[in-house]
Amino acid sequence: MAGSPTLLPESRLGSTLRRDPWWIEILPVIIVMGGFSIYATLRAFEGAYYSWGPYLSPFYSPLIDPQHHWWPLSPALLILAGPLGFRATCYYYRKALYRAFLLDPPACAVGEPSRRKYSGETKFPLILQNVHRYFFYLAVLFICFLWYDAIRAFFFDGHFGIGVGTLVLTLNVCLLSLYTFSCHSLRHLAGGKLDCFSCATFGRSRFAAWRLSTFLNERHMLFAWCSLFSVGFADFYVRLVASGAIRDLRLL
Amino acid sequence: MAEATLRVFRGDSNGGQTVDYRVPIAPGMVVLDALHHIQGHLAPDLAVRWNCKAGKCGSCSAEVNGRPRLTCKTRMDDLPQDQPITVLPMKSFPRIKDLVTDVSWNYRVNRKIPAFEPRPGTDWKISQLDVDRVQEFRKCIECFLCQDVCHVLREHDQKEKFGGPRFFVRIAGLEMHPLDGRNRNALLKDELGLGLCNITKCCTEVCPEEIRITDNAIIPLKERVVDEFYDPLTRMFRRIRGK
Amino acid sequence: MTANYETREHDVLIIGAGGAGLRASLEALAQGASVGVVCKSLLGKAHTVMAEGGIAAAMANVDTADDWKTHFRDTMRGGKFLNNWRMAQLHALESPDRVRELEQWGALFDRTEKGDILQRAFGGHTFKRLCHVGDRTGLEMIRTLQDRGVQQGIDVYMECTVTRLLTDSGRIAGAFAYWRETGRLIVFKAKSIVIATGGIGKAWRVTSNSWEYTGDGMALAYEAGAELMDMEFVQFHPTGMVWPPGVQGILVTEAVRGEGGILRNKLGERFMEKYDPKRMELSTRDVVARSIYTEVKEGRGTEHGGAYLDISQKPAEYVKKKLPSMYHQFKELADVDITKGPMEVGPTCHYVMGGIRVDAETAESTVPGLFAAGEAAAGLHGANRLGGNSLSDLLVFGRRAGLAAAQHAKRVSAPSMDNSQIESAEKELLAPFSNSGTESPYAVHRDLQELMQNLVGIFRTEADLGKALVELEKLRARAAKAGVEGSRLFNPGWHLSYDLKSMLTVSEAVAQSALARTESRGAHSRIDFPKLDPLWEKKHNIIVKEAGAMKRRESPVEEMPGELQQILAAD
Ligand SMILES: Cc1cc2nc3c(=O)[nH]c(=O)nc-3n(C[C@H](O)[C@H](O)[C@H](O)COP(=O)(O)OP(=O)(O)OC[C@H]3O[C@@H](n4cnc5c(N)ncnc54)[C@H](O)[C@@H]3O)c2cc1C
Ligand code: SF4
Ligand code: SF4
Ligand code: FES
Ligand code: FES
Repeated sequence: MAGSPTLLPESRLGSTLRRDPWWIEILPVIIVMGGFSIYATLRAFEGAYYSWGPYLSPFYSPLIDPQHHWWPLSPALLILAGPLGFRATCYYYRKALYRAFLLDPPACAVGEPSRRKYSGETKFPLILQNVHRYFFYLAVLFICFLWYDAIRAFFFDGHFGIGVGTLVLTLNVCLLSLYTFSCHSLRHLAGGKLDCFSCATFGRSRFAAWRLSTFLNERHMLFAWCSLFSVGFADFYVRLVASGAIRDLRLL
Repeated sequence: MAEATLRVFRGDSNGGQTVDYRVPIAPGMVVLDALHHIQGHLAPDLAVRWNCKAGKCGSCSAEVNGRPRLTCKTRMDDLPQDQPITVLPMKSFPRIKDLVTDVSWNYRVNRKIPAFEPRPGTDWKISQLDVDRVQEFRKCIECFLCQDVCHVLREHDQKEKFGGPRFFVRIAGLEMHPLDGRNRNALLKDELGLGLCNITKCCTEVCPEEIRITDNAIIPLKERVVDEFYDPLTRMFRRIRGK
Repeated sequence: MTANYETREHDVLIIGAGGAGLRASLEALAQGASVGVVCKSLLGKAHTVMAEGGIAAAMANVDTADDWKTHFRDTMRGGKFLNNWRMAQLHALESPDRVRELEQWGALFDRTEKGDILQRAFGGHTFKRLCHVGDRTGLEMIRTLQDRGVQQGIDVYMECTVTRLLTDSGRIAGAFAYWRETGRLIVFKAKSIVIATGGIGKAWRVTSNSWEYTGDGMALAYEAGAELMDMEFVQFHPTGMVWPPGVQGILVTEAVRGEGGILRNKLGERFMEKYDPKRMELSTRDVVARSIYTEVKEGRGTEHGGAYLDISQKPAEYVKKKLPSMYHQFKELADVDITKGPMEVGPTCHYVMGGIRVDAETAESTVPGLFAAGEAAAGLHGANRLGGNSLSDLLVFGRRAGLAAAQHAKRVSAPSMDNSQIESAEKELLAPFSNSGTESPYAVHRDLQELMQNLVGIFRTEADLGKALVELEKLRARAAKAGVEGSRLFNPGWHLSYDLKSMLTVSEAVAQSALARTESRGAHSRIDFPKLDPLWEKKHNIIVKEAGAMKRRESPVEEMPGELQQILAAD
């Protein structure tokens, strides 16, 4: 029965008695989010190679003032705040980012770096997370544009056709729609805010709407990642084609 | 017979150390069985809380190999046997003795929450559709594992300002009760510090009742608080409708 | 005087924070009394939290033909007519209101299509009668009561064990207790005390009960001079888990059978056809428990000595929705998926019908100012309790006890405290620290459980019971010598050494009463007297302390009024 000194770990970054490699959870987030941010920043400032034929990169949609009549910089910069804000205030990304980048906490039951007083989302700037639903409204608008772009990608010089780019853009807008419509704020608006479905006006249909958005919402994280990859890839594909690095394959 | 080593915290509020005990393993044995073996044969004064031994009462919470768990539902055969199994008291609460901690803070928080109050004139007909959503919250067995793991309490010790996930679950159960007539949004925002939660979901990960605390209780409550305090449009609507 | 203890004063002191204790405290509070509630565990962890199947109340939401009379008849028949008829009547009459009250305090039961409280079938109940919340009805009940209590402002003394009732020339004056956390002492002054301490199952090895069920309340009342009644009636629930060893005895709710679960033996035979072809699996608990026991004894048991209970013929989603905690319990603890295959089950010690003898209307015991409700009280269930009748019992008689206790407190003057009683209680409690021997309370407890399991189990004989009484005497001597290690700070070994005394007292009461009752009735089965004896239908066994020793008496069963007899006779 040998006694050994106390094993209660002091709280410092990474202190834990967990046996599993807890950092495995945040590593991919750091790599993917980091990589995506760098790529997206570069592409946003590039201001070129964003369209080819009927294809428009989702980073640049809706396309505003491409001829630089009044906006001298890359048109992407005009709209980027929308999708960026939507993702940054998304309940899922908040979790992922707080864990991976603020290490607050790095993983469950793992120590945090000692630092100033913690205020969560109660003080500026993080209190702004509460505006998420407005970014959602905006995101719906963006989704409309992206659907328009996707449909346009079926028409090559006025004739119906399908290229690899068509598929890429369509898949992307599907995933983005799933991501957008699995949003927590929507779930609340759809019916979650009701206390009593059976007493409310249109209660049954709102219950059905809430159920559907709950179904999607349970997969929100999955859609968040898939759509992040797809939007990045869609842009990359358009850039490859637009810059002439590869040729778009016409399937139909 | 196979044996395992348990490395159990022994001590009180003044400190202590871990002590290793060898315990024979039986099929299907859980960590609580091992602790009982230690009590019965090796250390009669080992302090542990338990009641039901079936994951129903939420008494036997501790940290097994660094993870907050119910010891009565943690199977020995799920844990690696090549190293000692550490069993420590919950970290977020003051230690009393061995694995027993002072959880009275939770009961004080609970007192702040106004109980159910029916809307006037209800006929007590309730639809199963409304019951289903709320029953998830009412499954809570008050094991306080979510409180233990929540970094707002565990790392930042904001017990004065923060109610903790357990009580967000309780309030979700009241707020979404189809017949409840009260509003607890201001309480959530101002006294129970809902905004301190940064939705990092550790509470959901540890909940033995598999309550989806963050997705189904906390985030919907945050949205309700936004409705009332942060969203200019809904505030305007409310003013127009005279509420 | 330099007191070693703190003192608290209440009009009404309630010992026990389960359903009965909490319901009593709410009622006493509503009467304007100052109320204190003491419990051994944290608030909300009492046994009531584990109740699964439901609350019996003739609300007729599902089977519209149901009414209080049928419920009354079922209860009396289930109890083999040894029940206190007045209690059975009050219980059947009042339980629907008590359930509605819970709902008004925020409980959410499963619903019917029409939005009423849904009710399910249970053993011995003619109609679908059990209001339920999946298989966690007790949790819903205790949380509702607890939250209401907290809101109404009851004072709860958590993790505090009462070890002695204090009296003032025969009437209640208060209670002596210690804080489990610190080991410090506390004396309560009270005009009324309600005992709601639950049962005694921890004296058996295979049991569904927790460490709290050591019969403290009955032992306390007995020491204070109250009468215990019908102690031989200990219910063995037919379906406890049998494998793996660590979970042996953990309850498998009767709701599994209520929802359509089927019992089979090793050969695949649905053996209940032999024992009760009419009610089959939903026969009363005593019958089902004996049937399983007999199957196993005669070599048709399962691999680990039980029977198969199978619900997998029902759709998996339905099982998971209606029996979620059973699903998880088996999945996590026994690696069995109950939606795919059968569970192995066997009898487990579950409930005691006997207890403190009380007046039906007021729940007052034979000691003035001492009340009892819930499992600790006797009378309602007679020789066998029907499933679901306990939770309703807690509400109906918890309320009555609280009411009468508060009224009693208003009526009487403040009792005076007797310091010599306090001193002797303190001495007794702290004695184990000065015992130097090697006897361990855990070892004595293990031996007691083994003894009760083998000699005072489902089937009993004169020889076994006689032997049990002799052995109990030896255990008592060993318990008195048991010492403890360590300090008074949260010391389970020390706690057990007090609990052991209670267990030994109630075990002796059970064995004595069982030895005297030379018949088989309800949960009490004598191999040497396998038949009902009409003479014993008219008698209760009463246990009292006289001149420092345990004495048994017989007391006639109260005659039932004509109109109730007619209800019973109807079919
Ligand atoms: C697993 C299980 C399932 C069940 N399912 C059902 C069901 O479906 N339907 C049904 O009707 N019944 C059911 N029962 C039976 C029912 O739950 C119990 O009989 C009932 O809950 C007892 O309630 P109570 O209020 O009398 O005591 P409890 O709820 O057990 O409370 C006893 C209280 O007394 C306190 N106490 C004890 N001794 C002391 C002391 N010395 N000092 C201070 N405090 C003390 C304890 O701490 C506790 O708070 C079930 C029982 C079990 C074990
Ligand atoms: S989600 Fe919120 S409440 Fe839950 S553990 Fe994380 S910070 Fe705490
Ligand atoms: S919400 Fe879950 S983890 Fe938290 S106390 Fe309740 S049961 Fe435990
Ligand atoms: S919550 Fe993720 S997008 Fe709204
Ligand atoms: S002992 Fe009840 S939950 Fe573990």
